[in-house]
Amino acid sequence: MEMNDFIKNFGNQFDDTDVSTFTPATRFRELEEWSSLNALAVLNMIGKKYGIKVLPDEMKPTQTIQELYDLVLSKK
Amino acid sequence: MQVFSLRGKTILITGASSGIGRAMAIACSEAGAALVISGRNINKLKETLHLLKGKGHNICVADLTEEDELAALVDFVPKLDGFVSNAGIASPLMLQFVEKQDVEEILNTNAISVIHLTRLLLQEKKLKKDASVVFTSSVNGNRCAYIGSTLYAASKAMLTGFMKATALELAPKGIRVNSIEPGMIETDLLKDGNISQEELDKDKQKYPLKRYGKPEEVAWAAVYLLSDATRWMTGSSIVLDGGYTLQ
Repeated sequence: MEMNDFIKNFGNQFDDTDVSTFTPATRFRELEEWSSLNALAVLNMIGKKYGIKVLPDEMKPTQTIQELYDLVLSKK
Repeated sequence: MQVFSLRGKTILITGASSGIGRAMAIACSEAGAALVISGRNINKLKETLHLLKGKGHNICVADLTEEDELAALVDFVPKLDGFVSNAGIASPLMLQFVEKQDVEEILNTNAISVIHLTRLLLQEKKLKKDASVVFTSSVNGNRCAYIGSTLYAASKAMLTGFMKATALELAPKGIRVNSIEPGMIETDLLKDGNISQEELDKDKQKYPLKRYGKPEEVAWAAVYLLSDATRWMTGSSIVLDGGYTLQ
Protein backbone atom coordinates (compact mmCIF):
# COMPACT_ATOMS: atom_id res chain seq x y z
CA MET A 1 0.00 0.00 0.00
CA GLU A 2 1.50 3.28 -1.20
CA MET A 3 0.74 6.67 0.37
CA ASN A 4 0.61 8.41 -3.02
CA ASP A 5 -1.81 5.84 -4.32
CA PHE A 6 -3.92 6.15 -1.14
CA ILE A 7 -4.04 9.95 -1.47
CA LYS A 8 -5.14 9.64 -5.11
CA ASN A 9 -7.91 7.18 -4.19
CA PHE A 10 -8.93 9.36 -1.25
CA GLY A 11 -9.02 12.48 -3.44
CA ASN A 12 -11.13 10.72 -6.04
CA GLN A 13 -14.02 10.68 -3.58
CA PHE A 14 -14.28 14.47 -3.84
CA ASP A 15 -15.87 16.33 -6.75
CA ASP A 16 -14.97 19.94 -6.03
CA THR A 17 -11.65 19.68 -4.20
CA ASP A 18 -8.62 19.43 -6.50
CA VAL A 19 -6.79 16.11 -5.95
CA SER A 20 -3.41 17.90 -6.07
CA THR A 21 -4.25 19.80 -2.88
CA PHE A 22 -4.30 16.58 -0.79
CA THR A 23 -1.21 15.72 1.29
CA PRO A 24 -0.70 13.32 4.21
CA ALA A 25 -1.21 16.30 6.56
CA THR A 26 -4.54 17.33 5.03
CA ARG A 27 -7.17 17.63 7.78
CA PHE A 28 -9.99 16.24 5.66
CA ARG A 29 -12.80 16.92 8.11
CA GLU A 30 -12.12 20.65 7.74
CA LEU A 31 -12.64 20.63 3.97
CA GLU A 32 -15.68 22.56 2.84
CA GLU A 33 -16.82 19.59 0.75
CA TRP A 34 -16.55 17.03 3.59
CA SER A 35 -19.82 15.31 4.54
CA SER A 36 -21.12 11.96 5.74
CA LEU A 37 -21.44 11.07 2.05
CA ASN A 38 -17.65 11.43 1.57
CA ALA A 39 -17.11 9.44 4.74
CA LEU A 40 -19.13 6.49 3.38
CA ALA A 41 -17.38 6.83 0.00
CA VAL A 42 -13.96 6.74 1.70
CA LEU A 43 -14.92 3.65 3.74
CA ASN A 44 -16.23 1.93 0.60
CA MET A 45 -13.04 2.90 -1.26
CA ILE A 46 -10.85 1.38 1.47
CA GLY A 47 -12.94 -1.80 1.41
CA LYS A 48 -12.88 -2.21 -2.35
CA LYS A 49 -9.35 -0.97 -3.20
CA TYR A 50 -7.48 -2.43 -0.23
CA GLY A 51 -9.79 -5.21 0.97
CA ILE A 52 -9.87 -3.73 4.48
CA LYS A 53 -13.08 -3.16 6.41
CA VAL A 54 -12.95 0.03 8.44
CA LEU A 55 -16.02 0.86 10.53
CA PRO A 56 -17.34 4.43 10.91
CA ASP A 57 -16.50 4.48 14.63
CA GLU A 58 -12.93 3.39 13.90
CA MET A 59 -12.52 6.17 11.36
CA LYS A 60 -14.01 8.79 13.65
CA PRO A 61 -10.83 9.69 15.64
CA THR A 62 -8.76 10.19 12.47
CA GLN A 63 -8.24 13.78 11.40
CA THR A 64 -5.53 13.67 8.73
CA ILE A 65 -5.03 11.45 5.69
CA GLN A 66 -1.85 10.14 7.37
CA GLU A 67 -3.84 9.02 10.42
CA LEU A 68 -6.41 7.28 8.25
CA TYR A 69 -3.63 5.66 6.20
CA ASP A 70 -2.00 4.41 9.42
CA LEU A 71 -5.34 3.00 10.58
CA VAL A 72 -5.78 1.08 7.33
CA LEU A 73 -2.16 -0.17 7.53
CA SER A 74 -2.70 -1.35 11.10
CA LYS A 75 -5.65 -3.49 9.94
CA LYS A 76 -3.80 -5.07 7.01
CA MET B 1 -60.51 -13.75 19.23
CA GLN B 2 -60.22 -17.00 17.34
CA VAL B 3 -59.88 -15.30 13.96
CA PHE B 4 -56.45 -13.95 14.95
CA SER B 5 -55.24 -17.39 16.06
CA LEU B 6 -52.83 -19.57 14.09
CA ARG B 7 -53.92 -22.74 15.86
CA GLY B 8 -53.94 -25.72 13.49
CA LYS B 9 -51.81 -23.93 10.90
CA THR B 10 -48.44 -25.18 9.65
CA ILE B 11 -46.10 -22.34 8.70
CA LEU B 12 -42.64 -22.11 7.12
CA ILE B 13 -40.49 -19.20 8.31
CA THR B 14 -37.16 -18.50 6.59
CA GLY B 15 -34.45 -16.31 8.06
CA ALA B 16 -35.57 -17.58 11.46
CA SER B 17 -32.11 -17.80 13.02
CA SER B 18 -32.14 -14.19 14.18
CA GLY B 19 -33.78 -10.76 14.12
CA ILE B 20 -37.21 -10.33 12.59
CA GLY B 21 -37.42 -13.98 11.48
CA ARG B 22 -36.75 -15.26 15.00
CA ALA B 23 -39.33 -12.87 16.48
CA MET B 24 -41.87 -14.05 13.90
CA ALA B 25 -41.21 -17.67 14.80
CA ILE B 26 -41.78 -16.94 18.49
CA ALA B 27 -44.95 -14.91 17.84
CA CYS B 28 -46.40 -17.50 15.44
CA SER B 29 -45.75 -20.29 17.96
CA GLU B 30 -47.44 -18.21 20.67
CA ALA B 31 -50.40 -17.82 18.30
CA GLY B 32 -50.62 -21.62 18.09
CA ALA B 33 -48.91 -22.51 14.80
CA ALA B 34 -46.71 -25.54 14.14
CA LEU B 35 -43.55 -24.29 12.46
CA VAL B 36 -40.75 -25.25 10.13
CA ILE B 37 -38.00 -22.74 10.80
CA SER B 38 -35.18 -22.31 8.34
CA GLY B 39 -31.91 -20.41 8.24
CA ARG B 40 -28.21 -20.85 7.51
CA ASN B 41 -26.92 -21.26 11.08
CA ILE B 42 -27.87 -24.50 12.88
CA ASN B 43 -26.85 -23.25 16.34
CA LYS B 44 -28.87 -20.06 16.05
CA LEU B 45 -31.83 -22.02 14.68
CA LYS B 46 -31.65 -24.31 17.71
CA GLU B 47 -31.69 -21.24 19.95
CA THR B 48 -34.84 -20.08 18.15
CA LEU B 49 -36.38 -23.54 18.53
CA HIS B 50 -35.86 -23.39 22.31
CA LEU B 51 -37.73 -20.08 22.42
CA LEU B 52 -40.84 -21.47 20.68
CA LYS B 53 -44.05 -22.25 22.50
CA GLY B 54 -46.00 -25.45 21.88
CA LYS B 55 -45.01 -28.62 20.06
CA GLY B 56 -44.56 -29.94 16.55
CA HIS B 57 -41.87 -27.51 15.38
CA ASN B 58 -39.06 -28.50 13.04
CA ILE B 59 -35.72 -27.10 11.88
CA CYS B 60 -34.40 -27.22 8.31
CA VAL B 61 -30.95 -25.71 7.76
CA ALA B 62 -30.68 -24.21 4.28
CA ASP B 63 -28.80 -21.55 2.36
CA LEU B 64 -31.58 -20.44 0.04
CA THR B 65 -29.12 -19.19 -2.58
CA GLU B 66 -27.95 -22.80 -3.09
CA GLU B 67 -30.19 -24.66 -5.51
CA ASP B 68 -29.85 -28.10 -3.90
CA GLU B 69 -30.46 -26.77 -0.37
CA LEU B 70 -33.52 -24.89 -1.61
CA ALA B 71 -34.86 -28.08 -3.19
CA ALA B 72 -34.17 -30.02 0.02
CA LEU B 73 -36.10 -27.45 2.07
CA VAL B 74 -39.10 -27.65 -0.28
CA ASP B 75 -38.93 -31.44 -0.09
CA PHE B 76 -38.75 -31.32 3.74
CA VAL B 77 -41.76 -29.11 4.43
CA PRO B 78 -45.28 -30.56 4.73
CA LYS B 79 -48.24 -28.88 3.07
CA LEU B 80 -48.33 -25.33 4.37
CA ASP B 81 -51.01 -22.94 5.57
CA GLY B 82 -48.46 -20.15 5.58
CA PHE B 83 -45.00 -19.16 4.40
CA VAL B 84 -43.03 -16.14 5.58
CA SER B 85 -39.81 -15.07 3.90
CA ASN B 86 -37.28 -13.07 5.89
CA ALA B 87 -33.84 -13.94 4.59
CA GLY B 88 -32.07 -10.70 3.87
CA ILE B 89 -28.70 -8.96 3.96
CA ALA B 90 -27.66 -5.31 3.85
CA SER B 91 -24.34 -3.49 3.77
CA PRO B 92 -23.87 0.20 2.94
CA LEU B 93 -22.22 0.42 -0.49
CA MET B 94 -22.39 3.41 -2.79
CA LEU B 95 -23.16 2.73 -6.46
CA GLN B 96 -19.75 3.98 -7.61
CA PHE B 97 -18.15 1.01 -5.80
CA VAL B 98 -20.70 -1.64 -6.76
CA GLU B 99 -19.33 -4.64 -8.66
CA LYS B 100 -21.19 -7.37 -10.52
CA GLN B 101 -20.76 -9.81 -7.63
CA ASP B 102 -22.32 -7.32 -5.18
CA VAL B 103 -25.39 -7.04 -7.40
CA GLU B 104 -25.67 -10.81 -7.64
CA GLU B 105 -25.14 -11.41 -3.92
CA ILE B 106 -27.73 -8.90 -2.68
CA LEU B 107 -30.37 -9.59 -5.33
CA ASN B 108 -29.94 -13.36 -4.98
CA THR B 109 -30.23 -13.38 -1.19
CA ASN B 110 -32.95 -10.75 -0.79
CA ALA B 111 -35.18 -11.36 -3.78
CA ILE B 112 -34.25 -14.01 -6.34
CA SER B 113 -34.00 -16.84 -3.79
CA VAL B 114 -37.40 -15.78 -2.43
CA ILE B 115 -38.86 -15.97 -5.93
CA HIS B 116 -37.40 -19.45 -6.41
CA LEU B 117 -38.62 -20.68 -3.04
CA THR B 118 -42.14 -19.38 -3.70
CA ARG B 119 -42.31 -20.93 -7.18
CA LEU B 120 -40.97 -24.28 -5.90
CA LEU B 121 -43.51 -24.38 -3.05
CA LEU B 122 -46.22 -23.76 -5.63
CA GLN B 123 -44.89 -26.21 -8.21
CA GLU B 124 -44.47 -28.94 -5.62
CA LYS B 125 -48.00 -28.22 -4.33
CA LYS B 126 -46.80 -27.39 -0.83
CA LEU B 127 -49.13 -24.41 -0.47
CA LYS B 128 -52.62 -25.38 0.68
CA LYS B 129 -55.72 -23.76 -0.75
CA ASP B 130 -56.27 -20.57 1.27
CA ALA B 131 -52.61 -20.41 2.33
CA SER B 132 -51.08 -17.05 3.22
CA VAL B 133 -47.68 -15.96 1.88
CA VAL B 134 -45.87 -13.05 3.53
CA PHE B 135 -42.70 -11.32 2.35
CA THR B 136 -40.69 -9.09 4.63
CA SER B 137 -39.85 -6.19 2.36
CA SER B 138 -38.85 -2.68 3.46
CA VAL B 139 -39.91 0.94 3.18
CA ASN B 140 -36.47 1.31 1.57
CA GLY B 141 -36.96 0.93 -2.18
CA ASN B 142 -40.76 1.11 -1.93
CA ARG B 143 -41.57 4.35 -0.07
CA CYS B 144 -38.16 5.98 0.38
CA ALA B 145 -34.46 5.28 -0.09
CA TYR B 146 -31.19 5.57 1.83
CA ILE B 147 -27.71 6.51 0.66
CA GLY B 148 -25.56 3.43 0.19
CA SER B 149 -28.57 1.15 -0.29
CA THR B 150 -29.06 1.04 -4.07
CA LEU B 151 -28.92 -2.74 -4.24
CA TYR B 152 -30.94 -3.35 -1.06
CA ALA B 153 -33.62 -0.91 -2.28
CA ALA B 154 -33.69 -2.59 -5.70
CA SER B 155 -34.06 -6.03 -4.09
CA LYS B 156 -36.95 -4.92 -1.88
CA ALA B 157 -38.76 -3.20 -4.77
CA MET B 158 -38.29 -6.40 -6.76
CA LEU B 159 -40.03 -8.32 -3.99
CA THR B 160 -42.98 -5.92 -4.07
CA GLY B 161 -43.49 -6.34 -7.82
CA PHE B 162 -43.25 -10.10 -7.44
CA MET B 163 -45.69 -10.04 -4.51
CA LYS B 164 -48.35 -8.15 -6.48
CA ALA B 165 -48.27 -10.27 -9.65
CA THR B 166 -48.12 -13.48 -7.61
CA ALA B 167 -51.10 -12.34 -5.53
CA LEU B 168 -53.09 -11.93 -8.74
CA GLU B 169 -52.06 -15.29 -10.16
CA LEU B 170 -52.72 -17.25 -6.97
CA ALA B 171 -56.00 -15.57 -6.06
CA PRO B 172 -58.07 -18.22 -7.92
CA LYS B 173 -56.53 -20.81 -5.54
CA GLY B 174 -57.50 -18.70 -2.55
CA ILE B 175 -53.82 -18.20 -1.76
CA ARG B 176 -53.08 -14.70 -0.46
CA VAL B 177 -49.76 -12.92 -0.93
CA ASN B 178 -48.88 -9.79 1.02
CA SER B 179 -45.82 -8.01 2.32
CA ILE B 180 -44.64 -6.04 5.31
CA GLU B 181 -42.57 -2.91 4.78
CA PRO B 182 -40.73 -2.08 7.98
CA GLY B 183 -38.62 0.97 8.62
CA MET B 184 -35.44 0.50 10.65
CA ILE B 185 -35.77 -2.34 13.16
CA GLU B 186 -33.46 -2.97 16.13
CA THR B 187 -31.72 -6.17 15.00
CA ASP B 188 -28.16 -7.49 14.97
CA LEU B 189 -27.90 -6.11 11.43
CA LEU B 190 -27.63 -2.66 13.04
CA LYS B 191 -25.04 -3.80 15.57
CA ASP B 192 -22.39 -4.77 13.01
CA GLY B 193 -20.87 -1.28 13.22
CA ASN B 194 -21.47 -0.44 9.55
CA ILE B 195 -23.45 2.56 10.76
CA SER B 196 -22.04 4.41 13.77
CA GLN B 197 -24.10 4.67 16.97
CA GLU B 198 -24.06 8.45 16.55
CA GLU B 199 -25.61 8.18 13.07
CA LEU B 200 -28.20 5.70 14.35
CA ASP B 201 -29.19 8.00 17.25
CA LYS B 202 -29.50 10.92 14.83
CA ASP B 203 -31.56 8.83 12.41
CA LYS B 204 -33.98 7.73 15.14
CA GLN B 205 -34.91 11.35 15.70
CA LYS B 206 -36.27 11.46 12.12
CA TYR B 207 -38.98 9.00 13.18
CA PRO B 208 -42.15 10.71 14.46
CA LEU B 209 -42.39 7.99 17.14
CA LYS B 210 -38.72 8.76 18.01
CA ARG B 211 -37.41 5.23 17.92
CA TYR B 212 -36.75 2.27 15.63
CA GLY B 213 -39.12 -0.67 15.60
CA LYS B 214 -38.68 -3.88 17.54
CA PRO B 215 -38.58 -7.29 15.84
CA GLU B 216 -41.72 -8.41 17.67
CA GLU B 217 -43.62 -5.41 16.31
CA VAL B 218 -43.00 -6.73 12.78
CA ALA B 219 -43.78 -10.25 13.96
CA TRP B 220 -47.26 -9.25 15.13
CA ALA B 221 -48.03 -7.92 11.64
CA ALA B 222 -46.93 -11.28 10.23
CA VAL B 223 -49.26 -13.13 12.61
CA TYR B 224 -52.08 -10.87 11.42
CA LEU B 225 -51.32 -11.55 7.75
CA LEU B 226 -51.05 -15.32 8.37
CA SER B 227 -54.31 -15.46 10.30
CA ASP B 228 -57.84 -15.72 8.96
CA ALA B 229 -58.38 -12.10 10.00
CA THR B 230 -56.85 -11.07 6.65
CA ARG B 231 -58.55 -13.63 4.43
CA TRP B 232 -59.85 -10.85 2.13
CA MET B 233 -56.46 -9.14 1.89
CA THR B 234 -54.06 -9.89 -0.96
CA GLY B 235 -51.50 -7.94 -2.97
CA SER B 236 -51.14 -5.43 -0.15
CA SER B 237 -48.30 -4.08 1.94
CA ILE B 238 -48.38 -3.10 5.57
CA VAL B 239 -46.08 -0.16 6.29
CA LEU B 240 -44.61 -0.30 9.80
CA ASP B 241 -42.26 2.60 10.20
CA GLY B 242 -43.13 4.69 13.24
CA GLY B 243 -44.44 7.33 10.84
CA TYR B 244 -41.09 7.77 9.05
CA THR B 245 -42.49 7.96 5.52
CA LEU B 246 -45.26 10.39 6.47
CA GLN B 247 -42.86 13.30 6.08
